[in-house]
Amino acid sequence: MSDAELATPFRQRAGGAMKDTFLQEALTIATTKFIDLRRDAFASFPEGEALRDQARAIKEATLQHLDQHLETLIGNVERLGGHVHYAATSAEARSIIVDIARRTGAKMAVKSKSMATEEIHLNEALEAAGVTPVETDLGEYIIQLAHERPSHIIAPAIHKTKGQVAELFSRELKRPAEPDPEALTRIARGELREKFLQADLGITGANFAVADSGTVVLVTNEGNGRMVTSLPRVHVAVMGVEKVVPSFTDLMVFLAILAKSATGQKLSVYTSLVQGPRRAGELEGPDEFHLVLLDGGRIAQIDGPLREALSCLRCGACLNVCPVYRQIGGHAYGYTYPGPIGILLTAMLEGTSAVKDLAHASSLCGACLDACPVRIDIPRMLIELRREVDDKKIAPWSERVAFKLMAKLLQSPRLYRFAARSGRLLQRPFARDGRISRLPLSFGEWTRTRDLPPVAARTFQERWASERDLRA
Amino acid sequence: MTDRRASLMVTCLGDLFFPEVGVSIVRLLRKLGVTVDVPADQTCCGLPLFNSGYHADAAAVARRTVTLFKDSEHVVVPSGSCAWMVKHEYPGLLAGTPLARAASELAARTHEFSQFLVRVLGVTEFTAAVPGRVTYHDSCHLLRGLHESESPRTLLGKLKGADLVPLPGADECCGFGGSFAVRLPEVSSQILAKKLANVESTGAGCLVACDAGCLMQMGGGLTRAKSRVRAVHLAELLDGGR
Repeated sequence: MSDAELATPFRQRAGGAMKDTFLQEALTIATTKFIDLRRDAFASFPEGEALRDQARAIKEATLQHLDQHLETLIGNVERLGGHVHYAATSAEARSIIVDIARRTGAKMAVKSKSMATEEIHLNEALEAAGVTPVETDLGEYIIQLAHERPSHIIAPAIHKTKGQVAELFSRELKRPAEPDPEALTRIARGELREKFLQADLGITGANFAVADSGTVVLVTNEGNGRMVTSLPRVHVAVMGVEKVVPSFTDLMVFLAILAKSATGQKLSVYTSLVQGPRRAGELEGPDEFHLVLLDGGRIAQIDGPLREALSCLRCGACLNVCPVYRQIGGHAYGYTYPGPIGILLTAMLEGTSAVKDLAHASSLCGACLDACPVRIDIPRMLIELRREVDDKKIAPWSERVAFKLMAKLLQSPRLYRFAARSGRLLQRPFARDGRISRLPLSFGEWTRTRDLPPVAARTFQERWASERDLRA
Repeated sequence: MTDRRASLMVTCLGDLFFPEVGVSIVRLLRKLGVTVDVPADQTCCGLPLFNSGYHADAAAVARRTVTLFKDSEHVVVPSGSCAWMVKHEYPGLLAGTPLARAASELAARTHEFSQFLVRVLGVTEFTAAVPGRVTYHDSCHLLRGLHESESPRTLLGKLKGADLVPLPGADECCGFGGSFAVRLPEVSSQILAKKLANVESTGAGCLVACDAGCLMQMGGGLTRAKSRVRAVHLAELLDGGR
């Protein structure tokens, strides 16, 4: 999202999203479907629970010695003839990739779906360098045509109805398009075939990188990933440093739960294993292979409060079950990664100030923790972020004063009783028929849509103290 | 029947807004032979402070509560969220302080109301205060925090005069979330609207929950919509046949 759009307060962005009837329809249908698919996938997979624990344990153990696993990975990728680059920041990652494009004389880059490249805003940098980026994942293709950004980690165009996609295709591709998913897919495939053949550069992310064999693993459903990694002369894979796993044995644990969590599939349609450039005697594959290892704030969190978030597999399950995401969709969050995990990743990549409002965009219902394949305790870390926002005085002073007052009140039964009595007096003009339907100031935020029970004529403790029947 | 003793932690919302829930709990427990006491000068468990990140303040409130209930045999709490706060957060908040051990002991002796009836007392037979069709909403902290979905359903399923019907999306949040409800009132209200549509679809006359926060949110939405459905705490419904 642009700085101008981010200048709109989060609450207003969320409000806008809730007024978008197309978005509301699309969100309800898609998230409900994802929730059901995931539930069914795990219901018929009794090993799932133990594998989730195992996956988390592997991630934790890998983070303990991340430097060693990365060294092993780098050694093996180079042994296979690939090049490895380290990018401390998004800007460094962009310039590494733009340099590769320039040096190889690339004019067009085909891309398979990658949140890492979204994170570093790669497409804009490529365009500025005279390289045309072409998204080849159907969802990404749709939002590229619409000049938008992904609103979901695995379903980037989740916010669009099929009718909107048909309109978009008709307008942008200047040909009639029916609101039928199969027909729309056929159109996109036709458009993209040529691009695959023209492109000089193939750019992907990486779901995993297996250290002990130097293998980049791509989990996809459309087959475009294979074209991107095999047809162009040069393949660049971009991955967060935390994506490394030690061995294929470890990889199997993740593959067993990733697709089930994401789309409810037993496995994704394609699991592509890429090992360096084309070797002598091989028929396909690029001349050059580059792996860009991206830090961007991750390494600092290995012993930071957001460490757990480094285990994220980017499956999107926490978005689908989040009551907030389900109302507002991904764009309202304002950053590359939406939803509950997105708030943590945004704090990791952009700093705590960026999430001073987003940290409160959760009812702490815990559905995300339940759905997370590696059991990341997202609610706990959201509370940690709130604490940091308070401690560093990023939260508004009025709010901090209000909570300090509340703290005083809750530590003193005398003040607490006084507050109850005051509440009873102050509510008099507003209480009717045993409920309060309208209140001034910020209390009105509650009563605009809900009644509030009045403070009881006698609190329970007052009754306990005075009614002998109750005590006896 | 039993010679148990229990202390009621009435909670701030229970004390101020829903005193009849506390009255029902006292009456029910006493009928079951439990000696009930209510330690004086209770305020709040501190969850609102904790969830908003004011942890030093939450710890100060926790210290008070631990001291108030240090001699209780069992502590019964009418809200899953407050029970969760005491059971899951107090030990961490007071770790390394002189009250660390007392906090852990209190955590072990604290029970959400339905859990106390079913899992501690082992009683499940009650008569409905209001007969008819009822449905049950899982409050988030009770369900996902304390992993309890069975006890309230066991009680409602066996409740004389009540007909328990399942609530679609019973495990989905009602949109309360403490300060969330007023920080993002539009989002909170839309979550609530979807919840209440599900409630209305059941045809139940009574919506039961085990958390004062959810009851405030859902009850407030129901009366605002002039619904015929009443939001009630489990204890009020079990307190029939008196």
